[in-house]
Amino acid sequence: MLELKNVHTYYGNIHALRGVNLVVNKGEIVTLIGSNGAGKTTTLRTIQGILRPREGEILLEGVALHKLPPHEIVRRGVSQSPEGRLIFPRMSVKENLEMGAYQRNDASGIAEDMERVFKLFPRLKERIGQRGGTLSGGEQQMLSMGRALMARPRVMLLDEPSMGLAPILVDQIFDIIRELHSQGVTILLVEQNARLALSVADRGYVLETGEMALTGPAKELLHNPQVKAAYLGENH
Amino acid sequence: MQKSLAPSSNTSFLQRFGKVLLPVAVVYVLLMAGQPAGLEPGRLLREIISDPTILVQQLITGLANAAIITIIAIGYTMVYGIVEMVNFAHSSVFMLGTMVALLFMVALSGGQATPLWLALLAFIPAMLFCGVLNSVIERMAYRSLRSQPKIVSMIAAMGMDFILQNIGMQIGAFGKLPNAFPKDQSIAWLRVLGNQNPSPKSFPQVLPNINLLESIFGPDVVLRITPAEVVVILSAVILVYGLSWFVANTRPGKAMRAVAQNPAAAAMMGIDVNKIINLTYAIGGALAGAAAVMYGLYKGTTSWDVGFVNGLYSFTAAVVGGIGNIAGAALGALMIGVISALSNQLLASTDWSKAIVFLVLVLVLVFKPTGILGSEGGEKA
Repeated sequence: MLELKNVHTYYGNIHALRGVNLVVNKGEIVTLIGSNGAGKTTTLRTIQGILRPREGEILLEGVALHKLPPHEIVRRGVSQSPEGRLIFPRMSVKENLEMGAYQRNDASGIAEDMERVFKLFPRLKERIGQRGGTLSGGEQQMLSMGRALMARPRVMLLDEPSMGLAPILVDQIFDIIRELHSQGVTILLVEQNARLALSVADRGYVLETGEMALTGPAKELLHNPQVKAAYLGENH
Repeated sequence: MQKSLAPSSNTSFLQRFGKVLLPVAVVYVLLMAGQPAGLEPGRLLREIISDPTILVQQLITGLANAAIITIIAIGYTMVYGIVEMVNFAHSSVFMLGTMVALLFMVALSGGQATPLWLALLAFIPAMLFCGVLNSVIERMAYRSLRSQPKIVSMIAAMGMDFILQNIGMQIGAFGKLPNAFPKDQSIAWLRVLGNQNPSPKSFPQVLPNINLLESIFGPDVVLRITPAEVVVILSAVILVYGLSWFVANTRPGKAMRAVAQNPAAAAMMGIDVNKIINLTYAIGGALAGAAAVMYGLYKGTTSWDVGFVNGLYSFTAAVVGGIGNIAGAALGALMIGVISALSNQLLASTDWSKAIVFLVLVLVLVFKPTGILGSEGGEKA
């Protein structure tokens, strides 16, 4: 469904992605793990069109995304819960969710999806009129994910949903990721917490300094000695 | 640890100390040097107590002035809120708006006295012209510079300001426009290299210069409100209310707030950030056009350089109120309008008003650098 072919992205002169190849199939959760600065967030930003690849192709069901501006990419079905959540602090929870559906004009469909988001995150419904900036970290993460769902995406990009959250909240967020998976949402998940990410994902990619070091089914990666040593903190 | 803490607590002590000392010094200097300007608290107090209507009357005048300043200031503050750039050309967009409104009125009245409806209709061409002009300027002059440091676009804006002023000079030199001072026979067209400035042009008088209160309460009434003041204040209220509604409730309005709060996140939501920024410039420009018509109806004259003082007041109003904040712009404008009206009335000469206005504004910024309603991070539209 989503396919990256030999993608190279630069920050100025820094060669951040060095030929990334990645495939996400319909209905899958694919996770991208790697250490700090490996290029995980860069990959998501490149898919979204915030950064432009200098080389390579990004295809969504065969349509080239890498030449489109970000708003066109959203319209074609890629939405994101970005790193640091980036919710709109001085807009209400409801307005934040509406912004997620900015590219859609089907009022009834939007209302339906808002109900669906509230079912997934009842806490957001309680806070519906509150400003985004006044929410707690966990609530902001829920809002950020809900906002991405409001686009009714074909592929949802999730960047570090566990970042800065207490373990109990992380569990809640990952329960919801499982729930989304069972509803058939296609997800590309970027995580520092490799063990958790691999436990929910179907397949995984390991990114090392801008290059794909390893790929395979998530269960295999969980037991791969290299992954264990580098990302799971086990010394066997 | 101890060592690094000591100096910082020292400076904060000094800062606090300075904050207490500074107003004492300022008040002292004011009382010493304010005398020639007529800034004598005792006399002012006596005058106000003996005739409190002065205060109310100047509040009304101040309100009318503030109405115009508010509408221009919103153009500055909206643009700053969304791209964090001061659009120095905004004042000249306003100036060209007065010219377009005047041309419209003169051209369509066909030598007759301009009827009121025609003058009010001038809102449409002036707003359209200034809106389109500002949006074209953004597209041509600022957009490609946006990724550069902010100072680059500000310099581009200053250059744009000069270009627009010169266009205004050419229009102002157009012989068919009525001169404000008919005896001053200015040249028909400016010689391009000449240094003669065209004289101010006068707007047709469409609103009678009468006291509305007199026709309601009889001839004994002490206060005075003219129809022009009512029109100007009403227009400002309608525009501010309309804009607030637009920003709060419509899809593009919400997108404007989203871009102002986080452009990267807004792009990820599928908002066309370039388009929304351009729209913000267009709306700011249209407001400048509306302010231009208000200015023409209220002040009755225009000239190629009206942008300077009005732009300065408006920009200051935006900063003092807290830049990026629409309510702040209105509050800052109200302060400027009322202070200048009061000092016009009470001080030795109206020439002192500007000095007093900016003195008060500097004082506000000394104690609250973010402006009255501004917050640390810069409250945005």
